[in-house]
Amino acid sequence: MDRYKPGKFEDFYKLILHIHHIANLEVMIGYADVHGDLLPINNDDNFFKAVSSAHPLLRVFIQRQDEVDYSNFGTNTLSRKKKALVTLRNDNLRRRPHINISMPHDFRPVSSIIDVDILPETHRRVRLYRHGCEKPLGFYIRDGTSVRVTPHGLEKVPGIFISRMVPGGLAESTGLLAVNDEVLEVNGIEVAGKTLDQVTDMMIANSHNLIITVKPANQRNNIIRSSRMSGSSGQSTDSTASHHSLPTSHVLQNFHPDEMESDEEADIVIEGGLEPQHIPKLHSLTSSSLSRINGSSLSHRLQRDLVLNNNSGRESNGNIHKLLSSLKTDPRHSLVIPRGGIEEDGTVITL
Amino acid sequence: MRRFLRPGHDPVRERLKRDLFQFNKTVEHGFPHQPSALGYSPFLRLMAIGTRSGAIKLYGAPGVEFMGLHEENNTVMQIHFIPDQCQLVTLLDDNSLHLWSLKQHSGASELREEYRFTLKGPPGSPPSATQITAVLPHSSREVLYLGTESGNIFVVELPSFRVLEDRTITSEAVLQRVPEDYCNRRSCELVEALREHPKNPDQILIGYSRGLIVLWDLQNNKVTHHFLGSQQLENLYWQRDGSKFISCHYDGSYTQWPVSGDNRQPEPLENLVPYGPFPCKAISKIYWQTTKNGLPYIIFQGGMPRASYGDRHSISVVHGSQQTAFDFTSRVIDFFIIFSSEPTAEFDDPSAMVVLAEEELVVIDLKSAGWPAVHPPYLASLHCSAITCSHHVSNIPLKLWERIIGAGSKQNIHYSNMPWPIDGGTNIAPDPPQRDLLLTGHEDGTVRFWDASGVCLHLLYKLSTVRVFLTDADPNDNMNTLGEDEWPPLRKVGTFDPYSDDPRLGIQKIYLCKYSGYLAVAGTAGQVLVMELNDEEAEHVVDHAEADLLQDQEGYRWKGHEKLKTRDGPVRFEAGFQPFVLVQCQPPAVVTSLALHSEWKLVAFGTSHGFGLFDHQQKRLVFVKCTLHPSDQLALEGPLSRVKSLKKSLRQSFRRIRRSRVSSRKRRGGSGNVQEANAKFDQDTLQEMELAPVQRKIEARSAEDSFTGFVRTLYFADTFLRDSSRHCPSLWAGTNGGTVYAFCLRVPPAERRMDEPVRAEQAKEIQLMHRAPVVGILVLDGRSTPLPEPLEVAHDLSKSPDMQGSHQLLVVSEEQFKVFTLPKVSSKLKLKLTALEGCRVRKATVANFGSCKTDDYSENDLAVLTNLGDIQIISLPFLKLQIRYPCIRKEDVSGIASCVFTKYGQGFYLISPSEFERFSLSTKWLVEPRCIVDVPEVTSNNHVHSKSGMENAARKSSPSYILAQQTIQLACTGASGSCQEHT
Repeated sequence: MDRYKPGKFEDFYKLILHIHHIANLEVMIGYADVHGDLLPINNDDNFFKAVSSAHPLLRVFIQRQDEVDYSNFGTNTLSRKKKALVTLRNDNLRRRPHINISMPHDFRPVSSIIDVDILPETHRRVRLYRHGCEKPLGFYIRDGTSVRVTPHGLEKVPGIFISRMVPGGLAESTGLLAVNDEVLEVNGIEVAGKTLDQVTDMMIANSHNLIITVKPANQRNNIIRSSRMSGSSGQSTDSTASHHSLPTSHVLQNFHPDEMESDEEADIVIEGGLEPQHIPKLHSLTSSSLSRINGSSLSHRLQRDLVLNNNSGRESNGNIHKLLSSLKTDPRHSLVIPRGGIEEDGTVITL
Repeated sequence: MRRFLRPGHDPVRERLKRDLFQFNKTVEHGFPHQPSALGYSPFLRLMAIGTRSGAIKLYGAPGVEFMGLHEENNTVMQIHFIPDQCQLVTLLDDNSLHLWSLKQHSGASELREEYRFTLKGPPGSPPSATQITAVLPHSSREVLYLGTESGNIFVVELPSFRVLEDRTITSEAVLQRVPEDYCNRRSCELVEALREHPKNPDQILIGYSRGLIVLWDLQNNKVTHHFLGSQQLENLYWQRDGSKFISCHYDGSYTQWPVSGDNRQPEPLENLVPYGPFPCKAISKIYWQTTKNGLPYIIFQGGMPRASYGDRHSISVVHGSQQTAFDFTSRVIDFFIIFSSEPTAEFDDPSAMVVLAEEELVVIDLKSAGWPAVHPPYLASLHCSAITCSHHVSNIPLKLWERIIGAGSKQNIHYSNMPWPIDGGTNIAPDPPQRDLLLTGHEDGTVRFWDASGVCLHLLYKLSTVRVFLTDADPNDNMNTLGEDEWPPLRKVGTFDPYSDDPRLGIQKIYLCKYSGYLAVAGTAGQVLVMELNDEEAEHVVDHAEADLLQDQEGYRWKGHEKLKTRDGPVRFEAGFQPFVLVQCQPPAVVTSLALHSEWKLVAFGTSHGFGLFDHQQKRLVFVKCTLHPSDQLALEGPLSRVKSLKKSLRQSFRRIRRSRVSSRKRRGGSGNVQEANAKFDQDTLQEMELAPVQRKIEARSAEDSFTGFVRTLYFADTFLRDSSRHCPSLWAGTNGGTVYAFCLRVPPAERRMDEPVRAEQAKEIQLMHRAPVVGILVLDGRSTPLPEPLEVAHDLSKSPDMQGSHQLLVVSEEQFKVFTLPKVSSKLKLKLTALEGCRVRKATVANFGSCKTDDYSENDLAVLTNLGDIQIISLPFLKLQIRYPCIRKEDVSGIASCVFTKYGQGFYLISPSEFERFSLSTKWLVEPRCIVDVPEVTSNNHVHSKSGMENAARKSSPSYILAQQTIQLACTGASGSCQEHT
């Protein structure tokens, strides 16, 4: 297949069905992008994107249409629980399957405005998704004073403010945060009474799923709630905005306290049975061979457990690192494992 | 919100918590930071030390300690005990006087501040008019004489501090009969010294700074004698019989003056410059002590020849032909002589000299030949060389304890065996429950062993690792050996020596096995020494091994310090811990973690590059593991390349200091013009912030962060690493980058231990998602009890661990506590700390807490210290926060870094370079001073005095219920008197 002229999605789809002798099945095709996220292939554009960005082999996932769990795509690979709202939306979309406009799920959200319906209009709760994105979070905070209305009149109290945005960073690219926005909460915990260093540590500790509530310095762009269109209106604007396959997309959704608990990080456990002092320095698996292993073990079902067979039996951990880093990101992001998979099944990566 | 409700409110557990946990700061060990004043009561036999931060500490017999703190936190300038009373007066540098007394309360004495007073002059007078320079508590106990800068002496009544204006001794009155020509030359400047006549309480000697000394008659309010000194006066001292006194001067001279009835203006008997003829420094204090054999002791501070010895801190003792100038390691704050305090005794017969220097307390035995020093039972200078690390071992077996004491006693032969001369008060605290050792590592390569069982932190033994290495300093170069006829006859005393020969010698990690007597210490230049306790002196070769932690990774260049050079051939070691193996890490970076397993005879060590395991039985390196991330340049190149970041952090800390100053100013703002002041300060702060915005970058931790390979913790465990049926020895290591490595070890059985090699293979590698530094690793057995220490079971001191149920692994990172199952390593539960509270774990140790109500209940919990200085107790194995106490100020970074927990819920941290604060989290294990100071029997004559004093006081302060109060007081004295008879 030509990397730069892959052809039509339709042809590819037929090819896939043919190869796998499943011509009579409705399937959904997905691929693992460079960040290790599962993204769908369902039109010419994302097919082209998938092929051109294959690195160097394309890892393709094929799933029965009726088994597709949309929440596995994009960011939702990160969250274990499927929310009622999401299911609803899926139903809507399935009724009109032929319109190949991009579903919000086709894009990995990097940020979202949440809890619009429960927060005061002057506040904004922003969720930054750090996973699968090589962009740095990219902002700075500082101490400052803010004015509060109290029974005794206006009062100046110490506060934490965004002081700087790193150009090209995630925070800046979302457009949801700005310099001089006052930070009120970090992942549901008020910052009042905490020092700058404490708030810094809290943000870094939550950096994989950072939810900050701010009082924007610029109050003119606030979402007007009276329209009572909180979820859907936000969503539609966002999907139009994301038409050009921008990596950035915003989602409006509600933030459940549970969600914070559920954003379980899975620690990576590597088992090895080798004597570290006899490291065969030169022997190593190339990254392409790794991809081949992956490809061969793909089944119809999305693999929950990813087992890398230990071919040589003489690999060291150094090599694991080489392999993992050859996937371009650090190991925790590079393996497509639905979140929670490790937690529940005790997935172990054996080398 | 649910998170906060979830712990629930279980009343049973709440009650149990009250029986288990309690936070107390119990006692301060070591030498007070920045002492500024010294006082002594021969009557109570108690010594008082004041500090520049306003603390006052009283010490008597070992275990008798009191502490008080002035609210003002001002420097304590002078301390004076009220004669024959349990009271003392302190003078602070804000010119305020404070009266403290020791009162009995629920069976123990307590030190309390009773009154405070600031002398006020008439309106319009300059502040110097009432600036107090000399204090004399009169033996009547009713009044204080206060000499001032203006030359006037004010009289205040005790304890009410009422100024008796009609009794003020003005400089005009003093000058009335002074000869004209003398008077013109020097007016009465400030009062330098006030001394009561030893036999006649109606006469006081007044010394003015310009040299004039007068004897003042209190009855007739007039001068009886004038002594016309020609030199600037420093101090005065009466001879015991009152027939002579001695004055010392700014020019390094001292003068004897006769006091007789007939000559009202006597000439000096003798004027001497002891270290003349060249210009000398001032003699600032002098004692004249009579003895039975007729030869007096003249003891004076200073007076050294200005040019050649002007920098020495000396006190000279002259007794007949014997003369020694004791040369102290730091500035002398003050000193006193302990002598016979019996009023009837004919001679002083001094027994000891107690010198408070800035950094240590030195006591000299004046009775034994050669005037040796006395080993103090408390007030040890912990910072003789700066403390670099500490390690606590609870419940030392008696055998090891005795051997350590034995080794230590061989080091202390040059000390006097005089009993401790300051022996007031009675220690009524129960005997310490167990023998505890605190080991401190120092910058000069020594390890000190302290008896930390009780209130007195006492040095048992000092171990030096220097002998193993070749250092620049020549051991034969002894500064103290002075020739016979050396003048002045200086003799160095004291142990304070903050100058390290070589910073690479510094001790960084210590691990002592209390059962086997094996000790491992590791230092700044990557040296790891394994030692064994030997009761005899021995000479042997130290085996030497190198551990290349980089494992021939290429392209790295260590730019840090070189390794220490070792001494070739056999080395002579004194009795005590003697090194037999040296493992040198390459590159020679500072050792950051250390673990010793005495049963398997293995020692593990880690640096910023990796970690290694050494078999000290076979003296063979088992394996090394490099933990470096290839992009971590900082760790590779060593400390030199850190200059840049150091500069940055310095700048940040300056900013922080400035900010904190602003906020403290704000706090003190008072309630006057709050609005205005606040507005102004806010403006100030705002402006300041605009000038120097303190900002923090928010960025997720990545593998590329520096020092990710830094090995933070090492842990040996016998557990199920591979499968759930077979357990095996294992070594666990945690790094700064949130990685945990687990190695399976194969240790040959005892009979083949020397023949077969120890083998290790990597079994697991866990990368924590949040990538925070791993600060602790622990394995819990089937009963969720932490695995016992090596040899603990063999010595029948612990139940053997439960190997039936499944084991669990607890990983403590700076941000989270996480429990995993073993052998599968799947996450079971966790407690996030940083994500919720913004604080990070600095120290976490398992501690056993016993209930104060029932003897048979105890549980293991985690004691955790955070970077905010809070201590939290977290239950095991369910990781529930039990209780939290604020302990250390969060700005006190060195205090937080120095904290060590004991196995039974106590802990220590440095409150200054020289002092450990001891705290307790347990209701059961509490070591705190508890002592009684009784008023000793006094002569009947004095007793009458004291009673009338009390009556006076009572009458003046509260005339209405004088009768009731009097009877109570009498009853009290009666009770304490009978109590004393019993004891």
